[in-house]
Amino acid sequence: MEPLPSKPAAGPPATARAPDEDWSLLMAQAQDGDTRAYSALLAGITPYLRALARRILADPADIEEAVQDVLLTVHQIRHTYEPGRPFAPWLATIAQRRFIDRVRTNARLAARKLAAAQEALTGTATAAEEVDPGDYDALMSAIDRLPGAQRQAVLLLKLREMSLKEAAGLTGMTVGALKVAAHRAVKTLRRALQRAGDDSNGAT
Amino acid sequence: MTDTAALISELGRDLRPVRRLRPPAWRAALWLSAAVAVTGLLVLRHGLRPDLAGHFAQPGFVLEFAGEFATAIGAALGAFYLSVPGRSRLWALAAAPGALLWLSEMGYGCWSDWLTFGPDGLALGPSFACFEFIATTTIPLSAALLFLLRYAAPVRPATTAMFATLSVASLAAAGQSLMHGLDTSIMILVWHLGSVAILLALARFAGPRLLQRYYEPPAETR
Repeated sequence: MEPLPSKPAAGPPATARAPDEDWSLLMAQAQDGDTRAYSALLAGITPYLRALARRILADPADIEEAVQDVLLTVHQIRHTYEPGRPFAPWLATIAQRRFIDRVRTNARLAARKLAAAQEALTGTATAAEEVDPGDYDALMSAIDRLPGAQRQAVLLLKLREMSLKEAAGLTGMTVGALKVAAHRAVKTLRRALQRAGDDSNGAT
Repeated sequence: MTDTAALISELGRDLRPVRRLRPPAWRAALWLSAAVAVTGLLVLRHGLRPDLAGHFAQPGFVLEFAGEFATAIGAALGAFYLSVPGRSRLWALAAAPGALLWLSEMGYGCWSDWLTFGPDGLALGPSFACFEFIATTTIPLSAALLFLLRYAAPVRPATTAMFATLSVASLAAAGQSLMHGLDTSIMILVWHLGSVAILLALARFAGPRLLQRYYEPPAETR
């Protein structure tokens, strides 16, 4: 069975009330080709659909597109409505499905963006977290001591937060070479800072 | 906002009278009679098992056959009802009584085989003919059933595809019981249920795609 979104504790907004009998009648007439009944039905269900969408989606543009998806599906499978049966559950099944689809699409897009961002950082964020933020001077001097390409990669990608592409354009290095340089730089820095930490511990 | 208003007026312009779907129970009954006829013909072509009359005298065999057949009927009802928006999701339970009967009968069969024959009663052997019959019957019949259910594509594609396949595969398993000689329960459990499980997994992934392919959305309105 398809998963269903959990209902929020708060009740539906006032606009989410479904005048079911009118809609049933309008839909039955629309199935026979009554354009006026159909327009009235679609106009009538739109605010209801918006209210339903608002429970699941937050972005107004997203909500509007989700409502349009539902209207299109209603149009495509309008022959599956059985006159005499309640209209609201028929509509709600379609709406739920379309809204879930949209949530899934959004999640997929977000995951893809996140993956791209992580790739751009070449996994160095975790290494950076291990550095004591108080040791700024030690870090900067360690960066100064890095070989040229590694230093450049750290400065452009981490400190100036350029994208790999921008940094590649600026330095003439390939994206791959930049990634390798950034990775090596982080390793070198970690070793350097560890040594500095050990030295200072030994001195006290 | 204006986009939605424009869409509504375009959908209004696109409106044509439609032929309403018949009630799900009616369509399920029609489909089942056709599917039983096709499966029956396939079984006859392969030939009934010679000891069939004797088997129908055994309660275990009758219960297993009844379980398979009831699963086929319940799952078909489930598929037709669940494919229509607004129908209760409890229709998914229509297949439960048959499936429970089928499973419990096979479980009981394994246990009594163990009591009678000891470990030998649970010995497994190959029976690819079983899988072959169930799969070659189920795949084309499922595809045909999904064609009938294609308007479910925008609503409950995965659930509909799985119930449709469960129905056809149980029917094929019932047909298989009439024509072959797998007589230890563990063999039936593994080869019948195993085949159904593989086909269900296939339906879970391929079914929604097939439904989408069959389904022809009206001309682009946006």
